[in-house]
Amino acid sequence: MTTERVYLFKRFERFWHWSQAALVIALLITGFRIHGVISGFDVETGIRVHMYAAWALMALWAFAIFWHFTTGEWRQYIPTLDRAVAVARFYAWGIFLGEAHPYHPTPEHKQNALQRLAYLWVKILINPMIWISGLALLFMALNWTTLESARPFGVSLQTLAWAHTIAAYMMATFFVLHIYLATTGATPLAHIKAMITGWELNEQ
Amino acid sequence: MKPTASDRINSARLTSWAAALAICALLASGASAETATAPTGAAPLAAAPAGTDDPALQPLKLQRAVPRANGPWTPVDHGKFAALKGPFKSPRDVTSACLTCHTDSANQMKSTIHWTWSKKDPNTGHMIGKANVFNTFCANIKSNEQFCTVCHVGYGDPDPAHFVPFNERAENQVDCLVCHDRSGKYKKIPFLGGNPAVERTRVRPGCNEVYGTEEPYVDPPDLAAVAQSVGAPKRENCGGCHFYGGGGDGVKHGDLDSSLVKATKALDVHMDANGLNFACETCHVASNHLLAGSHYEVDAKPTGGALMRGSAHGGNPASCQSCHGDMPHKKSTLASTINMHTRDIACQTCHIPAMARGGVATKMKWDYSSAGKFGPNGTPLVLNDAKGDNVYWGVKGTFAWGRDVIPQYAWFNGSEDWMTNGEKLHPGADGVVEVNRISGSATDGKSRIWPFKIMRNNQPFDPVNNTLTIFHSFGFDDDAFTISGDWNRSITAGMKDAKLPYSGKFSFVPTRMYWPLAHMVAPAEKALQCAECHADGGRLASVAGVYIPGRGSDHQPWTERLGMLAVVLSAAGVIGHGLLRIMMWLRRRRGEAA
Repeated sequence: MTTERVYLFKRFERFWHWSQAALVIALLITGFRIHGVISGFDVETGIRVHMYAAWALMALWAFAIFWHFTTGEWRQYIPTLDRAVAVARFYAWGIFLGEAHPYHPTPEHKQNALQRLAYLWVKILINPMIWISGLALLFMALNWTTLESARPFGVSLQTLAWAHTIAAYMMATFFVLHIYLATTGATPLAHIKAMITGWELNEQ
Repeated sequence: MKPTASDRINSARLTSWAAALAICALLASGASAETATAPTGAAPLAAAPAGTDDPALQPLKLQRAVPRANGPWTPVDHGKFAALKGPFKSPRDVTSACLTCHTDSANQMKSTIHWTWSKKDPNTGHMIGKANVFNTFCANIKSNEQFCTVCHVGYGDPDPAHFVPFNERAENQVDCLVCHDRSGKYKKIPFLGGNPAVERTRVRPGCNEVYGTEEPYVDPPDLAAVAQSVGAPKRENCGGCHFYGGGGDGVKHGDLDSSLVKATKALDVHMDANGLNFACETCHVASNHLLAGSHYEVDAKPTGGALMRGSAHGGNPASCQSCHGDMPHKKSTLASTINMHTRDIACQTCHIPAMARGGVATKMKWDYSSAGKFGPNGTPLVLNDAKGDNVYWGVKGTFAWGRDVIPQYAWFNGSEDWMTNGEKLHPGADGVVEVNRISGSATDGKSRIWPFKIMRNNQPFDPVNNTLTIFHSFGFDDDAFTISGDWNRSITAGMKDAKLPYSGKFSFVPTRMYWPLAHMVAPAEKALQCAECHADGGRLASVAGVYIPGRGSDHQPWTERLGMLAVVLSAAGVIGHGLLRIMMWLRRRRGEAA
């Protein structure tokens, strides 16, 4: 089995990935503290960090969206079923037998079909859901009673909070899977190194 | 205290010495000409020691802030008035003397609820005030007036058996001294219709606190000395009634007791004797003897910013918001988040973390049904617990007390439905009669979540007429419950006095009374932390109509279950997948090695 090195992730992309990772982890921890699911530090710290991290993440997203559209990188997320079955079969079977990954990323097509679907799901469902409900909570939590006249767009704080929570659980699930799948490269650390250096190992 | 001649000489000498020393110090240090100009203010004083007393030579010093609280606030030394030289034969003569200058004060006083004990509730149209409503302490004033008017700003007939209605009283029957005495030597005595002792009076056994003495007797006050001391009310004046309501220190309110006289900062940030040192009337601003703020007129949700001088606000100065505005949090990095709370959470809810914090216990429960037991010596039985709190008294029943009590919380719009004399009972679903049922909800736009002391009793009612009974508790006659311990007899007398029907049958019904809290405001660092409410089983666990992040009952249960399941299954899935990968990899490696 031979391997080749490909320069997959540009500098901004890597910066975006890791800063987003740090912020999402901080938001998950503090969010679930505020929600009352975990403990270990006070709610005040939770709220403080959650708010600052949320603003930082939104700023980051603004840059990332700009970058995706100006560089055309958004095309990486166009859904496809190309080799989807082969990729699924790899994770369900081939990976245990030491087979090579059926998909070989190139700078033009970094993601396999399953990655595309997963990230598209994050970008068009989870992120907007978190973003919209979170902004509404930041600015409209004042209108949190059941008072009909005080519901922005007819949505109660409870509904917003539930939406935010659903998105948070989806993000947490994504996070668990993402961390694990990061270890499924040519070597357990190959994908992680790639996201640090930009250079991915492709098995032939 | 006025400075004496020798004081003045001493102070002049001191000033000269200080100035001389300052100059010597400057010369010795070889100060430059520039720095030497700084203390020149001292030099002329040293040069002209005879002029140090001349106000015209003193440095300009203007009043920089509102007058210090707890001062007499007056340019008048009442000790110099001929009209107050005395001697006074009766307290009414003192009032007559007051009225020679303060011409309208008695009339002003007589229009306020401090005098009438009766007003029409603008919310319900009912007649309210002490004279008309029930409470869950001694239950009712009617037939007990000569005792209860120990806290009325008037003088009735000192005959314990003869009550003179307030509206039949003359101007000089207004009691100026109870509020304006600054000598601390004026004390009204129970059973005397609001009069101080007119002669040496025996203290009723067990009642020393109400008589305000440790001695077995009370002597009449020196009315001239008291009259000459008058000025703005001190905490002790307001507190004489408002700290001791319900029969003793701290009994009634929970947030008002004698610990506030010399309050620490931790007890009350505004009344801190070494700090802001507010008088009661700093917030309860008075105009024409009418005071701002009342339990009968609670401004549950004051709106707008802080009250500014000259603004046509019409707001209530006895509210937090009148000084702090409605966006009061500024220092914290969470200020905007905390300010979001002010629309729906009363300031008091977070800033009064507990009541009765000054060491004085407040009465939480009173059970009249157990009253009437006498000790072996024939006097009413008295039992105290280990802390010295009175847990049983034959003339009143069983008590429970509390210190550092966490309040109860409820939506409150300031309106209370007071149970008035003769009103039919309408107990709630739990069978408890609320003598002042509070109104409020998350949806009425007028409410905020307020802290309350809830005072419970088990008090006599007439099961046939379905009314709370008025009973004659206090007196020297045999109809008085405190004398005979006979419920039927005292109820008969009380209902007769109130001109209400009594079936002759009585029983006891659990009652509840709400006391919105507004005092004992803790400093900011002692205010509630987020997790006190933003948690499962927090302080607002039972408050409905609001989504509280962190309160489990507000979560969508299926979101939590499915969300948690997704995370847990994913974690389990990847761990399983990973273990299998490792196992297969080890097997492959062994195979390769072999």
